[in-house]
Amino acid sequence: MKKWNLIIDVEKGVDFINAVLSAKDEYVGNEHPGYSAPVALESSDIVTIERKVRGETPVVDAVNVLRMCNHCDDAPCMKAGGNAVKKRDDGIVIIDPEKARGRKDIVDACPYDAIVWNEELQLPQSWTFDAHLLDQGWDKPRCIAACASGGIEAVKITDDEMRKRAEDEQLEVMKPELDTKPRIYYRNLYRYNTVLVGGTVTCENDTVDDCVEGATATLIAQGFEESVVETDEFGEFRFDRVAPNTGSCEILISCDGYATQSISVDVQDSKYIGVVRLERL
Amino acid sequence: MKSIALRIVLFILAPMLNRTSKKYPAFRDEARLHDCVLQIKTKNNQIGRHYFFKDGRVRSVAGVHPSPDAAIVFKNVDIAMQTLRPDAEMAFKVHAVKNFLMTIEGSDSIANWILKLLQRMNYEGFKFGEKMPDGCMRYTTVTNGGPLHVHVRDGKIIRMTPIEFAEDDAASWTIKARGREFKPKRQTTVAPHGCSMKSTVYSDGRLLHPMKRVDFDPDGERNPQNRGISGYERISWDEALDIVANEIKRQKKKYGPGALLLQHCSHHQWGNVGYYLSAMMRFGNLIGYTRMAMNPDSWEGWYWGAQHHVGFTQRVGTPPSYGTLEDCLQEAEQIVFWSSDPESTNASYAAFESTPRRLWAKELGFDFVHIDPHYNPTAQLLGGKWIPIKPTTDPALAIAIMYVWATEGLYDKDYVAERTTGFDEWRDYLLGTDDGVPKTPEWQESETGVAARDVRALARSWAKKKTYLSCGMSGTGFGGACRGATGTQWARCMILMMAMQGWGKPGINMGGLIGGSPVDLQFYFPGYADGGISGDLNFTGSAISNYQRMPHILTVNPCMQQVPKQKIPEAIIDGEAEGYLWDGMSQEGQFVPFQYPLPGFSPIHMIYRYGSSAFSTTTNSGRFAKSYRHDSIEFVVNQTIFMEGEAQFADVILPACSNLERWDIGEWNSAGGYGLHNTEVLNHRVIALQHKCIEPLGESRSDYRIFTEILERLGMGAVFTEGCGELDWAKRIFDSSDLPKHISWKEFVRKGYFVVPAEYEESLRPPVSMRWFAEGRKKDVPEPHPLPSQWAEDFGYGVHTPSGKIEFVPEILKRNEETHPERPALNRYIPSWEGPRTKELVDRFPLQMIATHSRYSFHTYSDGSSFTNQIKDHRTQIDGQYYWIMRLSPEDAEARGIEQNDLVKVFNDRGAVICAADISHLVKTGVAKSYESSASYEVLQINGEEVEVGGSLNILTPERPQVPGTHSMSPNSTLVQVEKYRHAGELMKTRAA
Repeated sequence: MKKWNLIIDVEKGVDFINAVLSAKDEYVGNEHPGYSAPVALESSDIVTIERKVRGETPVVDAVNVLRMCNHCDDAPCMKAGGNAVKKRDDGIVIIDPEKARGRKDIVDACPYDAIVWNEELQLPQSWTFDAHLLDQGWDKPRCIAACASGGIEAVKITDDEMRKRAEDEQLEVMKPELDTKPRIYYRNLYRYNTVLVGGTVTCENDTVDDCVEGATATLIAQGFEESVVETDEFGEFRFDRVAPNTGSCEILISCDGYATQSISVDVQDSKYIGVVRLERL
Repeated sequence: MKSIALRIVLFILAPMLNRTSKKYPAFRDEARLHDCVLQIKTKNNQIGRHYFFKDGRVRSVAGVHPSPDAAIVFKNVDIAMQTLRPDAEMAFKVHAVKNFLMTIEGSDSIANWILKLLQRMNYEGFKFGEKMPDGCMRYTTVTNGGPLHVHVRDGKIIRMTPIEFAEDDAASWTIKARGREFKPKRQTTVAPHGCSMKSTVYSDGRLLHPMKRVDFDPDGERNPQNRGISGYERISWDEALDIVANEIKRQKKKYGPGALLLQHCSHHQWGNVGYYLSAMMRFGNLIGYTRMAMNPDSWEGWYWGAQHHVGFTQRVGTPPSYGTLEDCLQEAEQIVFWSSDPESTNASYAAFESTPRRLWAKELGFDFVHIDPHYNPTAQLLGGKWIPIKPTTDPALAIAIMYVWATEGLYDKDYVAERTTGFDEWRDYLLGTDDGVPKTPEWQESETGVAARDVRALARSWAKKKTYLSCGMSGTGFGGACRGATGTQWARCMILMMAMQGWGKPGINMGGLIGGSPVDLQFYFPGYADGGISGDLNFTGSAISNYQRMPHILTVNPCMQQVPKQKIPEAIIDGEAEGYLWDGMSQEGQFVPFQYPLPGFSPIHMIYRYGSSAFSTTTNSGRFAKSYRHDSIEFVVNQTIFMEGEAQFADVILPACSNLERWDIGEWNSAGGYGLHNTEVLNHRVIALQHKCIEPLGESRSDYRIFTEILERLGMGAVFTEGCGELDWAKRIFDSSDLPKHISWKEFVRKGYFVVPAEYEESLRPPVSMRWFAEGRKKDVPEPHPLPSQWAEDFGYGVHTPSGKIEFVPEILKRNEETHPERPALNRYIPSWEGPRTKELVDRFPLQMIATHSRYSFHTYSDGSSFTNQIKDHRTQIDGQYYWIMRLSPEDAEARGIEQNDLVKVFNDRGAVICAADISHLVKTGVAKSYESSASYEVLQINGEEVEVGGSLNILTPERPQVPGTHSMSPNSTLVQVEKYRHAGELMKTRAA
């Protein structure tokens, strides 16, 4: 049985705001009988983006993470909702716009905050994967064409195929520890859930300060060598995919002809450790 | 024989009208509008027939009626037959009208109605749009953010989506680079403001009824002092149009030409018929008006500075991008983005067309550098080296990079020797030989905040790798650093840097993969600046092609008086102002001053304000509120779609509908005029019929209809319309283009769009910009620039400078140095007159504010849409009210006790704006970063202090030109202080009330 999944590349989120706006366009004020009641403008965040900034000036990065109903196979909202929430054969989770009336508990059941509460209709609502359009013959949900930079892919494949793809392409899901089996997968999620540590290496060169290219920076956490990187032409190094709250670490900076330097840092969140000035041997 | 033929033609007209009426109810409704008598005849009364219209039916009688309501009169049978035959040439019809071979007599509005009815018979019964499985009709439109499919059911827009191409649409191009093939996706892309267009159309801010200010009485007290204060009452369209038409007549009689100022913004809703350079200009020319002389607002530093080194005058000083997409992907290794954020500015109208190209470059291993006070969305997407810089100090950084190149020999010596002049003088300045100050990386460090070591590393990297320099919105200019006090210096430096690196050689050029796509640029379809239906040959690009290809009656504004856009308040309040010309014909045109008022012409006493609001797009804009309330302004009418910041200052408001509610035609991203070939930023050229998707909301009417009905009151309705409705004009534009060679009108109006076949054959694609110059050949790119008289030597050889070479010290500035000493020929670094070095100001206002082009609205368009407002990076909702966002660094925020989403007061001596704080490491310390273009202007008195709460940050920007002797703006040189707003509670209470 082929089922729908979404693969979101958080590194390509430059136009993800279009997915947010397209969802408002499709659902606010529009009724799709049998699928969804009109979504209220004031609670129309059924698709959202979350900005994540890592690092400090000037070694910094930022991504937009797109979030929506995960269409979980083991959905907490279904457990709470009973026959008010149904799972379609193609994997899509639909909150029944009639049976779910008055069921605010369904909103609370979602560990991803992906269900909104329509105060006027007294209705929990979520993004339906544009199921009403797919059933009319559309070949993908609207967010794909709206975000044409290629950051979102909709795939209809078997669960085995999807599992293999996730493994091969190192795709992740949100809150895997909950084991809700989401159908929304993320690529490059390290930009969201890991830590970036950067710094700049310089030296004195003919009385002026210069960047050191090609110096080796080694991150040692709890005695283990975590990461080894080289400085670029601006003397900058970046350790990425570092676990949050790693704690006390040592950074060694070495370069031929210079004394190796060691810097102690406490790594909780992303940070820029500043300028490390090498001394000639 | 001909007489018999004419009699037959006149005879069959009535049955044709009746048959159409019977078949098509919409036509019948239109035919029912007037019960009247129409006469058609030859001038000598020998052949004629008159037509009785009653309740939509027509009965005709041969002969001449004694008192018809309207008459169409032909000089003779020949003229009548040539005009009335179905395949009559438009050029002949226009000729007949211009030469009184065909005249209209009697009621202008009835004649106009009948002429439009006759046109309508040509397409009545055509299918418009396609039926979808869910019962929706799918139409097409074009917005400032891309073309869209519009799904409509029961008269309501259901959804708007990008256009995904059908299999039979033209194939896409392919670019081969470094062993790979790149192809764009088969669809149009859409900008966020295009995505939220439905909520813009249905915005709460829509004006749905004509209105009059309650204390404005055209025959009694006008109370100008209450503009922007007193409220409005609904009036009928007839009353509103009568007031406006009578006021135009009264002002003409009392003051004469010049009294009426026609004021508009720089952009408009898309469409060649409804654009301001089209219908509005035609209207204006027919009534005569003081022209608002625009400043080159997006080009400033390129126009007033850069062009003197190299030319590109007809592009307002910004170089072209021909062929650079392929060259960059094939040859370059690095792109330096300098004040350039294409992911936010979308090449103006091109949405995310170029985003995939930059991702291709990333895949190919390009290096990226971003010089910007903000780690902007382009930097966020691509990564690379961020060089945060203090606003307005960019030329110091550029000069220091050139110092490193000069001292380390890292420049293209052959190119400099053969293709440039004045390098020795420039080198002496870099080295300090002339002023004793070597412009070392250390020299610039305290000025720019950029570490000297980074300057050296960047200079060496740039020289070592084949590097593209991307400046501003287009990659070759527009916006950003060119809009500050040092904008001319910066843009000039960019040209000099390109000259030192061998501009035009493989992999060395300007651009950020934004332009230069291999679409077919020679397929003709007019851009919006090509004048549309204006008939204006003086202030649009119409004369170039449009006027010949679409015969229509030309129009002229005989009023020579102009008022400089940036000095309208001074013109009104002080009674005088001086500007300098924006002229694309010669480099010298910009040195020509003009005065307001002009001898012989009346000062302004009436403002006809057309569309949108300038409070957040013009500098120190609080000035405009004062000028609106000035005694000398006896009447203000505002014709607009939304109740935006400026609408509230009108005496009469005429509610226009959006372009989704009227017919139009347009090509995506096509500007024409100064923006020749700017569809090269697109992956596919898309031309669309802009269907009238829904009926106008409320009582709103199309701009075209409003203009027609005012002019009918002045007896000029038929002169304005030429007997055409908007769809008829769209057909005439279609006919004038290359479209009919590829698609029939009938198919075009059904399908709605056409994809122009790309330039598939590589040998036919435009050559790379400046390659001809680098190789010392005749110019070979397809731009007819500069004008023939402008070449100093042989036609086609060299760039547009007196020497034909890139001039490090421009001859043209030398010639004008005596009168314009602030623009020295040698591009010395002169710190901003409002910036880090203006100590007294910095002590009070220590932060540098930049408010760049908005990412989520198109200038003010779509701001105020409910979907746009909900974008968390656009406005922040606090206590039920939305606030504009000011981005601050954690260090600056902490020093002021400001936390995320706190309300803050952003202020200087010019005013105070309340914003919501967004704190992140994406902003350089010392900088307050925001966007311009809030459509809202809401001034409140809170705790005895006047604060603006709608986000109109331009009330804080200086009105000073970048340098004296120019008509320019410098919003990005603004000092402010930001503090946590102490009266947040009271403000919330006031706004909630």
